[in-house]
Amino acid sequence: MKNLAFATSVMACAASVAAADKPELVVYTYDSFVSEWGPGPKIEEAFEAQCDCDLKLVGASDGAALLSRVRLEGARSEADVVLGLDTNLTALAKESGLFAAHDVSAEFDLPVDWGDEVFVPYDWGYFAFVHDKGFDAPGSFRELAASDATILIQDPRSSTPGLGLLYWVKAAYGDEAGEVWEGLADNIVTVTKGWSEAYGLFLEGEADMVLSYTTSPAYHLIAEGDSGKAAAAFEEGHYLQVEVAGKLKASDQPELADAFLEFMVTDAFQSVIPTTNWMYPAVTPEGGLPEGFETLVTPSKALLLPEDEAQALRDEALEEWRAALSR
Amino acid sequence: MARRVVPISAWAGAATAALAAMLVGLPIAAVAWRAGGWGGLGPADWAALRFTLVQAVLSAFVSVALAVPVARALARRRFRGRGALVLLMGAPFILPVIVAILGLLAVFGRGGILNGLLDALGLPGIQIYGLHGVVLAHVFFNLPLATRFLLQGWESIPQERFRLAANLGMGPREIMRYLEWPMLRERMPSALLVIFLICLSSFAVALTLGGGPRATTLELAIYQAFRFEFDLGRAALLALVQLALVVSAGLVALRLGRVAAFGAGRGLTVERWDAKGAGYKALDGTVLVLVALFVLLPLVLVALRGVPTLAGLPPQVWRAAGASIGVALASTALCMAAALALASVRRNWGEMAGLLGLAISPLVLGTGAFILINPVMSPATLALPVTALVNALMALPFALRVIAPEYARTERDFGRLADTLGMRGWARMRYLLWPQMRGALGFAAGLAAALSMGDLGVIALFADPERATLPLEVYRLMGAYRMEDAAGAALLLLLLSFGAFALLDWGGRRAA
Repeated sequence: MKNLAFATSVMACAASVAAADKPELVVYTYDSFVSEWGPGPKIEEAFEAQCDCDLKLVGASDGAALLSRVRLEGARSEADVVLGLDTNLTALAKESGLFAAHDVSAEFDLPVDWGDEVFVPYDWGYFAFVHDKGFDAPGSFRELAASDATILIQDPRSSTPGLGLLYWVKAAYGDEAGEVWEGLADNIVTVTKGWSEAYGLFLEGEADMVLSYTTSPAYHLIAEGDSGKAAAAFEEGHYLQVEVAGKLKASDQPELADAFLEFMVTDAFQSVIPTTNWMYPAVTPEGGLPEGFETLVTPSKALLLPEDEAQALRDEALEEWRAALSR
Repeated sequence: MARRVVPISAWAGAATAALAAMLVGLPIAAVAWRAGGWGGLGPADWAALRFTLVQAVLSAFVSVALAVPVARALARRRFRGRGALVLLMGAPFILPVIVAILGLLAVFGRGGILNGLLDALGLPGIQIYGLHGVVLAHVFFNLPLATRFLLQGWESIPQERFRLAANLGMGPREIMRYLEWPMLRERMPSALLVIFLICLSSFAVALTLGGGPRATTLELAIYQAFRFEFDLGRAALLALVQLALVVSAGLVALRLGRVAAFGAGRGLTVERWDAKGAGYKALDGTVLVLVALFVLLPLVLVALRGVPTLAGLPPQVWRAAGASIGVALASTALCMAAALALASVRRNWGEMAGLLGLAISPLVLGTGAFILINPVMSPATLALPVTALVNALMALPFALRVIAPEYARTERDFGRLADTLGMRGWARMRYLLWPQMRGALGFAAGLAAALSMGDLGVIALFADPERATLPLEVYRLMGAYRMEDAAGAALLLLLLSFGAFALLDWGGRRAA
């Protein structure tokens, strides 16, 4: 224990000595962003090459955990930038009063108009049910409910895609959402804590389809050379997840934080996103999307509840979901 | 029996108990303080409490009931591979939850082996998701542990007793009545208690195998309060409810678990003269084959999946493995010191203090620690030391349950002699406790090391890219779609945890 604590403090000292001559920008983000297989390492390298600073990425397990952490730390937070919230969390984040307005402007390639003064988007994707190509997938929630297709979903209380699905059904069906969930109840094999569990179970053959993103088949195609996965296109349209970053008011490096947000919408950042975060870049890089992305389904309609409405509907939607699936 | 102060050091026990109480109490208080008070509970919370209790009680009783025949079969049979089987029984307990779920589903799931077999035979398939699935998974995790607890009880019955029983012509029924049942009455409540407590904080297993929001446990309600509603007051209150459950269950079990007095034995390997008939042999054989299949098949499937990618794992995984070994060593040392100190107290408050590690949700513990550390320094800097400390606290109940009965037995049988000889402190440890208890100490240390290695613990709340443990790395790989690499990393984790467990457990039993 003593040695470990000692070793840790030596490491921490070494890091702070190396960084002493350069300003440090601390960016909180979710865990899969900082992991060696996520965008983190390449983005750190690219930003440090131009900012003459030390970019420190700190991970929390996911977007919601990230926001909880920043709220816990309040104004004392070490973070300068928070990267990885989505539109289901931005209303809460603004309510906390911890975030400052940005002045980034860019030609965003989002399926919706973007005019948020506090948060800058860096990527986006559509939620979708992913299946093996041989499977005859239903074309809507109603069709799914009527079929005997089986699905794996995530719990909205502990998972970002799970919450996305809750809003997807709500946005598509409004007051009928509860009824749709009742119809879906017998299609749901199980509800998992997070995306990894559900996707793992799907790959094990536990269900016909899993809630994920329209971009998931691109991973299998590009990274594994496996063209056997597809996402089902639903008539109702697909709910959108837009991932954003924002600057904290309490940042001690406000200029660097602004520079990072500017950097975020440039090619150096955006070109890393598709094949590391497996999402669509918010600003399509000059070279276009990587080969393979053209094979993905493009939903006929993008659904996205305005952040205030999403916030207001949250508890009601959760209760409908819980009541329908608890029967 | 008179309570005597047993001299490892009288104050060490009290200090350890105070420390454990502080480690559990402070984070809850910190969360409540941050919230500015305690929240209220809604109807959904009461439903969660009910489900939590039902599944934990069922899981505990089924695990212990099944463990009795298994431990008895292991106790009265000697066969090739017995040692290996006893050792392997420790393995499910140390797997990361997500990996164990995948292993279980490879056997019992929709596309699993069992349904494949049933289908080939033209029989209808089974459905694993539901309360029975939750209990099945918890039995998978805990049956081996219960078996080891009870087997230890069997091995504590002096050989002279069995010889005497054989001379008196006692058959298996009488032996059960006069020798085994008194021992079981002493040991079963504490085995039930520990498994009940483990299952109280179940979350991912209960949700995934429970099949949906019906299977919402308290831990999930805490999760929801934290991240969905950011209602810290309610989270703190739910954590208090959990704590109250643990303390009351502990009080009940301690009252029931009476210490049976056998008198001193010579501690030799027991040869058994009863149950020699073919019927008994067949019975024990069947029990052992079934339990081996149940426990080992999912493990073998997990291992096989990892083999192709094991050698080619990225360097970060090996670095994380190094960190995990460091954390495991540190927390094992801490945990063993604390367990010995608490065992030496031999009073109910010592036992209760040892249980507290199971009483607190890792999420509340981590968040509370975060709130406490944050004003002083960056929590990420302390990620590994805090993880080691928390893992030691979490492993303490198990280590203590293994050590405490042996400690009590040793002191009961030899304490007076040692007192007469004036053996105190280190000498008592070296010449009395260590030789008498090395089996239990090895097993306890093995459990602590393996648990610490396999536990995701609180590191997920604190980690930055440079400081990850192996379980966190497994989750990261899965989160990045790399299920094959994750399987390889999980196999590495299994090998390391199991290696640590086997080494310590074997080291203790070899000479015991």
